[in-house]
Amino acid sequence: MISIECIQQTAESLMDKAAIEIPTDYHHALKKAARTEDGELSTFVLKSMLDNYEVAKEDRCAMCGDTGVPRWFVKFGNEASVEGGMVALEAALRRATANATHNVPLRPNRVHPLWRTDHNNNVGIGAPEIEYGFEPEGDWIDLITVHKGGLFGTDYRMLFPSDGIQGIKRFYLDSLMAFGKRGLACQPAIIGIGLGGSKDICMSLGKRASTLRVVGSRNPDPEIATLEDEFKELGNSIGMGAMGFVGKHMVIDCNIEVGYCHTGGMPMSVHAFCLSSRRAVARLFPDGRVEYRTDPDWFTPYQRRETIEWEPNNPNTTTTTTEALT
Amino acid sequence: MSGLREVRLSTTPTAEAVADLRLGDIVYLDGLMYTAREGVYKRALEDKANIPMDLPHDSAANFHCSPAARINADGSFDMGAVTATASFRFAKWLPEWMEKTGARLIIGKGGMSSKDYKGYFVPNGAVYLSTVGYGTGALLGRGIEHVEAVHWNDELGLAQAMWVIKCNKMGPFIVASDLNGDCLFERENAKIAKNVAKVYEGTTPAVLKRYGETNDPTDEVI
Repeated sequence: MISIECIQQTAESLMDKAAIEIPTDYHHALKKAARTEDGELSTFVLKSMLDNYEVAKEDRCAMCGDTGVPRWFVKFGNEASVEGGMVALEAALRRATANATHNVPLRPNRVHPLWRTDHNNNVGIGAPEIEYGFEPEGDWIDLITVHKGGLFGTDYRMLFPSDGIQGIKRFYLDSLMAFGKRGLACQPAIIGIGLGGSKDICMSLGKRASTLRVVGSRNPDPEIATLEDEFKELGNSIGMGAMGFVGKHMVIDCNIEVGYCHTGGMPMSVHAFCLSSRRAVARLFPDGRVEYRTDPDWFTPYQRRETIEWEPNNPNTTTTTTEALT
Repeated sequence: MSGLREVRLSTTPTAEAVADLRLGDIVYLDGLMYTAREGVYKRALEDKANIPMDLPHDSAANFHCSPAARINADGSFDMGAVTATASFRFAKWLPEWMEKTGARLIIGKGGMSSKDYKGYFVPNGAVYLSTVGYGTGALLGRGIEHVEAVHWNDELGLAQAMWVIKCNKMGPFIVASDLNGDCLFERENAKIAKNVAKVYEGTTPAVLKRYGETNDPTDEVI
């Protein structure tokens, strides 16, 4: 059993790491971008950002004053159990969010949408979001916190099969153009694209594609992987860099995730995980061990499973409760 | 740093110092600066509350920012990272705010339009400074000598309160408008616009339209 104390302590430490330490994959990619950028103003911006990462670590200070909207992804191995159960786990994550907001400090961004009530701790109705995933084996849990910016760079559109790849490309470019100007998207960013699912799932697929996959990862579907390469290239060929200044680095990487959707539609979402791509991950084991990492490793074969062992009219498959693992 | 010009500027700058700024200059600030965004504007301008500072005597620098900060039990302040929020949303309050407070440096994210600059920045002798990145929160944090005060925290909460910050070579900021009312971001947009048609070649607009939509990607959304 994983102790609730271990969960809360680890969660507080993750909040701190996410806000302060730029993940290695993004950091390397931005250093590379800074070396090859030739726009004068864009280059200045990228170099300032690289300085900023160092100062944040030295001063143990949040990278960006807008510390985003903290949220949690929790993944359970099938044999994992938590002291006090899931309600205790949720309470621990909410407490950790409040404590870290005060201690780091983070900006208390979360307010009531109408009354603008601010508890000064990033906790409120539906906040922080806590989402769950499962894996077929393991007695561990993965805690992942993501502090994504919450205002610009994201859009959703219901496209249709007749829009095709050229329509997808259009909406992708539209999103980059709309939010890239003046640097509203805080690019260069990890662009996540969600394709398919129902409307809400389309949004969360895209958000997860941008926040839960590292720079350089590729979708296992080779044709989607090719699209990812192509879209990265396309975004960087606009001629727009950091802050919307002339430059050639807008997209640090492009990640696409798909989900099955209505046969008549092709919903699409676009998300930008910014110059402060804040994410931190830890795996917690029942013996108290905690292993920190920066790759959420969320999209396993199980998360992308396509179907279930199933044949129509076969009674042996109608009562089966375990699903094909891949 | 390359061909960019670096400037040290007071937060109560002379008219000459403001006039001397050029688009793309890198600025570092000294003196008192205050944060004000929608909460402060509404309270001061719509609810007619008395502004708790002597402006522009104390400061002519309005930062569109909510810091990552806390107020300790003993009443002292800890401020970590500071970065700006997008300014275009505040255009409806800014003309009156400038007139009332004499603000000459509006500091934020993303700038405003040249129409705003020509309409009320230039007549007030004011320019826009953009934060860099965004955002260099930790770098800007090093430029904070101390937090002088926080006003209206009870009424507006930490994120919307009016924070008064003593700056010491705080930066970098980029000059994004000048006293001609020219806009750095629009200048860059115009350069990029030449290439846009080529990048869009072959793509098709969505079959289902949306009300209020533009199909010209060289337009802005702000």
